[in-house]
Amino acid sequence: MPVSLANSQVIYDALKACDVKIVSALPETWLVHLIRMADDDPEVSLIRVAKEEEAIGISAGAHLAGVNSALLMQNHGFLAAINPIVSLAQLYKIPLLMLISYRGHMGERDPWQTQGGMVTEPLLRALGIPAWHLSNPHDAKRRIKDAQTLAHASLSPVAVLLTRELMWEE
Amino acid sequence: MLRVDALQAIYPELKDQIVVTIMGAVAAELYTIGHRPNFFYLEHAMGLASSMGLGIALSKPRHKVVVIDGDGSLLMNLGTLSTMARYRPGNLLHIVFDNQSLLSVGGFPTATATGTDLAGVARACAIPEVAEADTPERLKQAVAGALAGGTLTTVVAKVEAIGPKSFHMDLPLLENRFQFKRALEALQ
Repeated sequence: MPVSLANSQVIYDALKACDVKIVSALPETWLVHLIRMADDDPEVSLIRVAKEEEAIGISAGAHLAGVNSALLMQNHGFLAAINPIVSLAQLYKIPLLMLISYRGHMGERDPWQTQGGMVTEPLLRALGIPAWHLSNPHDAKRRIKDAQTLAHASLSPVAVLLTRELMWEE
Repeated sequence: MLRVDALQAIYPELKDQIVVTIMGAVAAELYTIGHRPNFFYLEHAMGLASSMGLGIALSKPRHKVVVIDGDGSLLMNLGTLSTMARYRPGNLLHIVFDNQSLLSVGGFPTATATGTDLAGVARACAIPEVAEADTPERLKQAVAGALAGGTLTTVVAKVEAIGPKSFHMDLPLLENRFQFKRALEALQ
């Protein structure tokens, strides 16, 4: 499976540098290594959710209890979680660090991913959610830390889009 | 059983715990009985009170967390039962008031009115301890038992579809949010 192990490690190390203690996730191809790393890490609780909406609630609870969390989701999971992002995270001023695998965009071969890929950025903009593109492993640590810093300062959801260039080796 | 009587009965057990409720009648009635800074009322995002409770329980393992859910909310997020059961934090108590109705939006019947058994769903999802209560005394007993023990518990309490005259709470939701976070910070 040509998901980049090296770049997944870079992303995981960046999350660790952000003192993330709870990672919620729903499996998806590009996230397999990240999920395994979280599962193998005794310092991190990996919460495998049935649907991404739950992860917004879990992160909100963790924040109110003073614990840093991150969400690993595919962009279709982001689409599934829009209501709680709006009516829990944004309504209640809850910071979220959302790492979103950006499927269905440039280079995508799976037709079923493309519709979600094309609406992801317009929806992030419509919701006023700041987003980094992560395509260079050298940027990862800085950008993930900066995303967390902005989320906490603004008490808002912030997105980091994990692009094909970063996640997929061909 | 009236939900307000049930809440009165368990209030002494609740008042010093971290409590997360759904919106609507539950929130308004608990608020009226006696708001505490350690009570959070999720005024939207139906279905996610239990997910929030799970996030808090995992983050504060030395403190008890009580979620007060409802049938309409739980039906919107049934997957939460399988997720809670998977991680089964022993400091989490999940109370479900089942009035078989979406009371605050016109009283339309939920699927529990036509046979869906939420206690059965909880058991089938592998929640380790599931109880049912149909009187305030039985609910109080179940709640006290769950708080004294260390096992994730779901208690389904059937209540009448009768709510308060007013759902008004003199507590802006952001005030509740920041007050609650500070109350959790102050816990040792």
